[in-house]
Amino acid sequence: MAPQPGFSWDRMRAELSGLPDGQGLNIAHEAVDRHVALGRGDRVALRLLAKDGTRREVTYGELAMRTNQFANMLASEGIGPGDVVVVLCGRDLDLYVAVLGALKQRCIVSPVFSAFGPEPIKARLQLSGATALFTTRALYERKVAALRSELPSLTHVFVAGSEHTHPDDTIPVAPRLDGADQHFVIGPTDPETPSLLHFTSGTTGTPKGAQHVHGAVVAHYATGRFVLDLDPDRGDVFWCTADPGWVTGTSYGIIAPLVCGATLVVDEAEMDPARWYDILAGEGVNVWYTAPTAVRMLMRAGTDVAGLDRARPALRLAASVGEPLNPEAVRWGADVLGIPFRDNWWQTETGGIMVANDLSLPIRPGSMGKPLPGIEAAIVSCDDSGTPHRDADGAVQLLAGAAQGMLALRTPWPSMFRGYLNEPDRYAACFARAGGITWYLSGDIVRRDADGYLWFVARADDVIKTSGHLIGPFEVESILMEHPAVAEAGVYGVPDEVAGAVIHAVIVLRPGVVDDEELQRSVVAHARRRLGAAVAPRRLIVAGDLPKTRSGKIMRRVLRARELGLPEGDLSTLEGARS
Amino acid sequence: MTDAPSVRQLVADAVSRIAPDVDPGDLDADLHDDLGLDSMDLLNLATAISIASGVEIPERDLPGLRTLRQLQEYLARRLERGPDHDKEVAP
Repeated sequence: MAPQPGFSWDRMRAELSGLPDGQGLNIAHEAVDRHVALGRGDRVALRLLAKDGTRREVTYGELAMRTNQFANMLASEGIGPGDVVVVLCGRDLDLYVAVLGALKQRCIVSPVFSAFGPEPIKARLQLSGATALFTTRALYERKVAALRSELPSLTHVFVAGSEHTHPDDTIPVAPRLDGADQHFVIGPTDPETPSLLHFTSGTTGTPKGAQHVHGAVVAHYATGRFVLDLDPDRGDVFWCTADPGWVTGTSYGIIAPLVCGATLVVDEAEMDPARWYDILAGEGVNVWYTAPTAVRMLMRAGTDVAGLDRARPALRLAASVGEPLNPEAVRWGADVLGIPFRDNWWQTETGGIMVANDLSLPIRPGSMGKPLPGIEAAIVSCDDSGTPHRDADGAVQLLAGAAQGMLALRTPWPSMFRGYLNEPDRYAACFARAGGITWYLSGDIVRRDADGYLWFVARADDVIKTSGHLIGPFEVESILMEHPAVAEAGVYGVPDEVAGAVIHAVIVLRPGVVDDEELQRSVVAHARRRLGAAVAPRRLIVAGDLPKTRSGKIMRRVLRARELGLPEGDLSTLEGARS
Repeated sequence: MTDAPSVRQLVADAVSRIAPDVDPGDLDADLHDDLGLDSMDLLNLATAISIASGVEIPERDLPGLRTLRQLQEYLARRLERGPDHDKEVAP
């Protein structure tokens, strides 16, 4: 769909302030300082709900001051523009101050999910080349300290909290922040200056570091306005339930709502239906952005949960992202909350929402909606395995009208990723030409109906979406194979009514190893210790061998089909198959 | 069924199946914050204990069950009240 009349990215950019004196565009300035300059300094920016039930409000004015102090502290410690700062924290004030303060100092911020085990954390610290880590004492001691010798580029570990003692080789932040200057002038920030580094998973190889730029804030602002209906003049109360360790929790759990002048509700605790209804009601949430797993957990909990009857009045809009939302869940929202969930689609690589059941459209339950203004989507012709058909020059073919194929987006748009860190070939492989235009190939197979709505069909690769988190099978297989009893491993997702998919693994044991319950528990324990509960397999199956292609690639879809009793599909490339 | 050793054993068996990385003797550590169980683990743990004990554990009770000791005490309390209060789970 062509951009709608009247919309342009330039117009959206013009609604932002830019740095004073034409010094560029910086996310933290637009998210925080701009509101202070516009007289909104007393508006509540963050409403932080701690696990113990305490509640704390931080105004835009206080957030500006604290992020200035954080930026000054980084500068005084020699952490400067272009340095990678990994943020590994629970959802409390420290995290938000660190992310925004580091963006002011023009560092490249990489938020990492604090529930990861040591292995995914080590991989992200190593791949990013981080010079600084901002974390808590508990997370450092549990997940990082033992790896420190393997992280030579990591020169600064900042530890939050007010404790007087701190682990060796770490820098306690509280005393430095207390003495830091409350004023900070953000340096010149060209819109193409790197801002955030989000790791995402592919089928093979290590996690990919998707690089984003400060200019992406134009898309965060536009989608905050059009999809989430946030109005800077009105000052909405907004709650995004995603953790900032994932891209949704940064783009829409920090940046977009603050740029749109909202009061951002932050809940430190884990999902709990009664608590969530209390928050919706007690905090007067107007706009709520959540995920299918959470919606399905609320559906499971039923309608007799305390607080549900009070949750409705303030809520104006509920949106969902992370994986396709089942039509029943969309309707459940309408029946129980009084408003249907509006599903939308985007990826780490797109940086912001690209396709949505936005407010201008009638919802089609089960559909991801239509491309937003400024975004042109196309359907690329693919073979049965989800690989795009290409001509001799490598160009792909776009399908017209109602069609099924790979979802592609016309480049560029402001929040498009600008590279995979240190992997130019992997980045280049994400793009293809068609009709003289360069398109980003999303890897998602979708169907477009006659009215232009898009419907998710499948991933073209083997990545697993579990509880909305993208997990690469290779990362999990590699850790399983480090167990002394495991010779080979194949990892795949199987459907689960709450999590969307759960991770299962088939392992082949080394010769002479006896399969028993104790051994299997030892392998699962190993995986959980190294990867964390969210990434480790929930079920382990021991097999004599793994189905592989003739080139030696594990056929994970065959493992999944075997477990589920489904047809195994095209096996012509299976090793040992008759040709 | 209601004596303490069997309740302890039942909880220990369930946790070592769902999260074998956890020491079942670590009774007072927070299952989520300290031991790293996620919400799906906690649901699976409650389900495993329900099946093994015949005591239904409603999801609304889960937020109050944050340690293995709390799980043991909860289960002992529910078992003492007798089966009439609980929906029996088919063996």
